[in-house]
Amino acid sequence: MARKTIRSIPQERAPMPVLDAAERATNFDEVSLGFDEPNALVECERCLICPEPACVAGCPVEIDIPGFIQKMLKKDYHGAWDTLTDSTFLPAVCGRVCPQEDQCEGVCAVAVSGGLEPVAIGRLERWLGDKAVKEGWKKKSHIETNRFKVGIVGSGPASMACAADLAKAGCKVTVFEALHAPGGVLRYGIPEFRLPNSVVDAEIANLEALGVEIRCNTLVGRLFTVEQMLEEMGFDAVFVGTGAGTPKFMDIPGENLNGVLSANELLTRCNLMHAGDFPKFDTPLEVGRKIAVIGSGNTAMDAMRVSKRLGAEEVHCVYRRTEAECPARQEELHHAQEEGIEFHWLTAPVELLGDAKNNVRALRCLRMELGEPDDSGRRRPVPVPGSEFEFEADTVVYAIGTSPNPILGQTSNIQLNKWGYIDTDDELATSLAGVYAGGDIVTGAATVILAMGAGRRAAASIRRYLGIRDSMSVYEPEHSGFENTLFGIDMSEKNFVHLRQI
Amino acid sequence: MSSSETQGSDPAAQPGQDIMPNDEMSNATGFPIVTRTDFSETTFLLEVEHPQMARAARPGQFVIVMLDDHGERIPLTIADFDRDKGTVTLVIQAVGKSSREMQARCQVGQTLFGIAGPMGIPSEVSHAKKVICVGGGLGVAPIFPQARAFKEAGAYVIGVVGFRSASLVFWEEKFRSVCDEFIICTDDGTAGIKGLVTQGIETAITTHGDIDEVVAIGPPIMMRACAETTRPHGIKTMVSLNPIMVDGTGMCGGCRVRVDNKVKFACVDGPDFDGHAVDFDDLMARLQRYRPQEAAAMERYSESCKRLLVEEEVR
Repeated sequence: MARKTIRSIPQERAPMPVLDAAERATNFDEVSLGFDEPNALVECERCLICPEPACVAGCPVEIDIPGFIQKMLKKDYHGAWDTLTDSTFLPAVCGRVCPQEDQCEGVCAVAVSGGLEPVAIGRLERWLGDKAVKEGWKKKSHIETNRFKVGIVGSGPASMACAADLAKAGCKVTVFEALHAPGGVLRYGIPEFRLPNSVVDAEIANLEALGVEIRCNTLVGRLFTVEQMLEEMGFDAVFVGTGAGTPKFMDIPGENLNGVLSANELLTRCNLMHAGDFPKFDTPLEVGRKIAVIGSGNTAMDAMRVSKRLGAEEVHCVYRRTEAECPARQEELHHAQEEGIEFHWLTAPVELLGDAKNNVRALRCLRMELGEPDDSGRRRPVPVPGSEFEFEADTVVYAIGTSPNPILGQTSNIQLNKWGYIDTDDELATSLAGVYAGGDIVTGAATVILAMGAGRRAAASIRRYLGIRDSMSVYEPEHSGFENTLFGIDMSEKNFVHLRQI
Repeated sequence: MSSSETQGSDPAAQPGQDIMPNDEMSNATGFPIVTRTDFSETTFLLEVEHPQMARAARPGQFVIVMLDDHGERIPLTIADFDRDKGTVTLVIQAVGKSSREMQARCQVGQTLFGIAGPMGIPSEVSHAKKVICVGGGLGVAPIFPQARAFKEAGAYVIGVVGFRSASLVFWEEKFRSVCDEFIICTDDGTAGIKGLVTQGIETAITTHGDIDEVVAIGPPIMMRACAETTRPHGIKTMVSLNPIMVDGTGMCGGCRVRVDNKVKFACVDGPDFDGHAVDFDDLMARLQRYRPQEAAAMERYSESCKRLLVEEEVR
């Protein structure tokens, strides 16, 4: 086959249907409908199969992207899914929620040197992930069990990835979740129209199929401590992936008025507690007529689009910088704009005003302009003198970021940094022997795929700590000779796990 | 503690017998209910088997209960825990839709869909030599483990509890066993002193000039009154706050309260705070947040109960 060139590939991206903006803004159906098979194959044709693919390096979990695309072109979809899931445990999730434009697709040669739209790697990943769920494909690994017990705190993406890797390595893995349903941010945070709960359920089922036990309603730190897990409950190692779930407020007057809530509360009531189906479900959620969401990250987009679907007449985004600095994924911003959400850039609230019944009625805002660059390299917004104005709203939602959950810090001796995140070394080991941590609780709020990457790195560290042979790496005998080895197998290994695909 | 329903209001007394179907409760998973005691038409006690939680629980902490997978996450202060039996005890006042439904459906041998906890920072059992433990309404039960903890720590404990009337009094013997003095206050004077718990506190302060600390649990309006009673005397007063919350783990921020002019999350920073620093107006206003939805849910629930009763009779 002649080598593909930028001229020989389809120039345009294969189309992916989305629900009509006016229609979808009234329901919770998934917005992006995904490729069909012919379109997926067209998109695969667009991949140049670069010999030194930048996309693999651009992926936090280093998926062999040209590898799975080549298998797809041969219509070996199961094989392609195998390649994909060698690196990622949650293709149906990541295909939907990864910021591909900053990762694999951002460095794709088709775009960087070819000047075309990059290969839609995320959509191809999603297509394979969905196909696997639909066809019931399972990674049938033969797992040789060992004697190690590993406890995992939290059940979000970092924990799921860590649990999967350790279960594959033969450990008895138990995941502890404080809420009544597993999945962490995938469950309570990301709304149904962006990541259907059925997809999360399928990924959780895959985890359980690997032998992982998930225990909900278990608040680690308070029901038992991390130290007790190691000392009394027989866990040989612990992974902490509790996330950065504590919502931030701005500490401006009026924040305690009724009708002011965090995006976390809005999304939790809606996604986890199904408040949208009140009174069939018991948890209420009152969205007003005119909603203002402060912040413009992905969480803000989710909060705004959820509000719209819950029946708000007007949804406004209030952000102190400009659209160029907007931290949300472009696709999310674009979808939000399509759905009629109004954006007020360079606007900062300074006070929330209430009515006689203690309900919020308006925001007092300042107009901003961009000044000198700040520490993050973005131009710092500075207030325009005398630009104060009132902005009417009966619900105000804060989506300006999160801080670390304080419970583990309160209940264990694990060392935190000055912002309250868990301190780890490069191996993700914490100050407590045998305790590893990863995801948002270490780095601060980031993405699903970065959390998964951290979960996998921690799993590798835990395997090393427990002395489990790492099936991913080739054993190198020590330079000093063979005195500690048996036919080249390190005698300090505590098991000889085999992982073989059937 | 309360979820979207608030305590302290006068519920329309309505005895809840087996009027709702129990199908969903009969599955084998969940947390078994081992004891149920009805104290009055609205107040009842559930003892739930959970050995791990019984070991971990400390006075002042709370749990989140879910009746079924369609239910609310209801925060309830732990009323007692028995480490030997491996149980935790909850006392529930049926004032809203969810708690009325619990009253109707939670029977011995059945299970709760979910119970998570213990949550919150345990109460600090200080080295106070003489303390008054005050409980009113829903706060009577959870003040008990505090009184017991103070007693075990060697303090002289004065218990003050408030009820509407003598027929509603419960746990009197239990309290007397851990209190050096025990004062019952009733609105109608049918038991103990006629009046509010604040009168009980005044009496105790007048009798003993050396009270080190007051701990008060109950409806916000009562806790505020207690704090105002002790403020002139300069006696440290701890209160247990009960705002609306969803997850109970610091994630939603719905439970934020204003203490000393700073915003705190009751679920992870509390629930105990210095009563003299708490902004009770703020707390009470925030408890009104879902009043219309609560009323609507109650209305619908009452209607469906009536309908079921009628259907029952027809059969």
